[in-house]
Amino acid sequence: MTILTAEKRPVRVIPDKLSTPISRILGSWEMLLAAVAISIFIANSLASPHFLDPWNLSDATYNFTEKAMIAFAMTLLIISGEIDLSVAAIIALASTAMGAAAQAGFQTPALVGIGLGVGLLCGAFNGLLVARIGLPSIVVTIGTMSLFRGIAQIVLGDQAYGGYPASFAWFGQGYMSDFPWWPALPGFEVVTFEMVAFAAFALVFGILLHRTTFGRWIYAIGNNAFAAQFSGIPVQRTKFVLFLLTGVMSGFAAVCLTSRLGSTRHTIAAGWELEAITMAVLGGVSILGGSGTIPGVVLAAIVMGLVTFGLGLLNVPGIVMSIFIGLLLILVIALPILFRRIRSKAAA
Amino acid sequence: MSRILKYRELLLFGIICVLIAAFSYRAPGFSSPRSLANIFNDTSILMILALGQMAVILTRSIDLSVAANLSFTGMAVAMLNAAYPGIPLPLLICAALAIGAALGAINGLMVWKIGIPAIVATLGTLTIYRGMAFVLSGGAWVNQTQMTPAFLNTPRMPVLGLPLLGWTAILVIAVIAIVLRRTVFGRSLYAAGGNPTAALYAGVDVGRTTFFAFMLSGALAGLCGYLWVSRYAVAYVDIAAGFELDTVAACVIGGISTLGGIGSVGGAVLGALFLGVIKNALPVINISPFWQMAISGLVIIIAVLFNARQERRKGRLILRETAKRRPPRIEVPVEGAAA
Repeated sequence: MTILTAEKRPVRVIPDKLSTPISRILGSWEMLLAAVAISIFIANSLASPHFLDPWNLSDATYNFTEKAMIAFAMTLLIISGEIDLSVAAIIALASTAMGAAAQAGFQTPALVGIGLGVGLLCGAFNGLLVARIGLPSIVVTIGTMSLFRGIAQIVLGDQAYGGYPASFAWFGQGYMSDFPWWPALPGFEVVTFEMVAFAAFALVFGILLHRTTFGRWIYAIGNNAFAAQFSGIPVQRTKFVLFLLTGVMSGFAAVCLTSRLGSTRHTIAAGWELEAITMAVLGGVSILGGSGTIPGVVLAAIVMGLVTFGLGLLNVPGIVMSIFIGLLLILVIALPILFRRIRSKAAA
Repeated sequence: MSRILKYRELLLFGIICVLIAAFSYRAPGFSSPRSLANIFNDTSILMILALGQMAVILTRSIDLSVAANLSFTGMAVAMLNAAYPGIPLPLLICAALAIGAALGAINGLMVWKIGIPAIVATLGTLTIYRGMAFVLSGGAWVNQTQMTPAFLNTPRMPVLGLPLLGWTAILVIAVIAIVLRRTVFGRSLYAAGGNPTAALYAGVDVGRTTFFAFMLSGALAGLCGYLWVSRYAVAYVDIAAGFELDTVAACVIGGISTLGGIGSVGGAVLGALFLGVIKNALPVINISPFWQMAISGLVIIIAVLFNARQERRKGRLILRETAKRRPPRIEVPVEGAAA
């Protein structure tokens, strides 16, 4: 009698990860973005003699650090198959709340807490409507976008809040060299708080998405929410948490932006939802959900920052830059689709 | 299905009547025929845009570029009028329709031929079209003094107590109502959005239908570009900023399902009128116009909630679609829970 015992049965190992050939890595979206970033960097330094100045470059990072913080959270949300168009409105509301608190005499720690808290509440509201009640996120966040900014408008009218405590300015204007423990190496003195925050968040979100169970859930939900539910993944709870996360990150971006500008109007951060989404999509995140990486979004943020900074040095007005951003958004989605079509036609 | 839609429109109509009655309690002149005609006239542009938006939403898409299209076309027509005052008005209106339709066709082509999701494509063209308006004008304004009297005054000319602008809206409403009810294109819009697979088997070219929906939305946005510029007697880059959200709001309030395939002309028009009544009532009851944005946001959310409840109750949605929105909660019996 030949009974195949467990030991004798041919063992088939299912690898956790397929080995990636080097050609695939070189041809990946991230590599392409890195190449684009480097060429823009070189083009910029040739186009303007002021580009390579370290202080100038340090200033240039403000073009993308705050938006990228939102884009990281937005990335997770888009991968899970949802979207949040209200992020810029959350910034406006959080900034207004901080402005009101500053007028009432609150100090910096309280202001930061209020900014983050308002972001959290707004995110919870979106999450409640989308994940608990089950409404489509596009329409819900179009609604909350005008609700949140509308509340800011009611409070502020055509006025502006200013008069933030002096210590509050550090978040958006401070350098890490203000700390005694920061190494006094050449080049390190231009590192801003926001740059460090950007890097830290990139790391945290990268680990969260690529190295944790929670991250795998996000991909699973984005690819097939129904199957994910049957696999025991708490789909709605995960989505709720993602909306919370997006809200808090918007709150943090509001702290940085308000601190940098030193004043709040109801039009603050207008159009940022578009730029955050563009960053995510440019970073290779599929707008239909299910795929995308944080390193891609980091590179996309840097590319967008370099492009807008370079165009700024060339005296291109902001609204014309927005044409480039709009074109960029459409091209990065259209080109892969077109290439794939050409390739499949060539193969046939 | 039609009964629910009728019910919904009647309900919305009732709410609008109650609102008007309540507002006229505070300000007696509010419900006078003149005032009501004024509100209708003031809401005309929103109604026309909402109808175009509805055609797009019916096909499961969304057009966020309507306001930017309006701004670009309005600027183009105003500059044409300022530079060549000899061009007759009908020709200019045709130009507005054509430019608008061309911009709409760009959106439609991207969605149809390349397969870019509508929300991303039109989010992109939203910034591009408005940027183009800036490039076209160099950031300059076209003022009242530069435009010809015929260009400015025609939409304001009163006919039977209602300005031509209002009559234009009535004409557009009638045409769209006939198109949606009586033409192959109109029925295809519903079929394409209601069930694309079934529509395909029934011989409806879903992509093409979506393309024409975008073109229609663009053409109406172009027409509104002219109407807006002549009504406010000025053209600049930022006109109608954020207005695309109002058109979506009007549709959602009017019961047009963002899942596609459900909606009526009456719903879109009443949704727009609802927003119009609120907008006109705020100053009458001494509330700052700064409240308007928050109120419309709140109304959108309430309307979406309401729509979702109605859609669920109907049980019409295909299983798979509902599942995508909200996977069922699986009740797993806990071991020993019964003991």
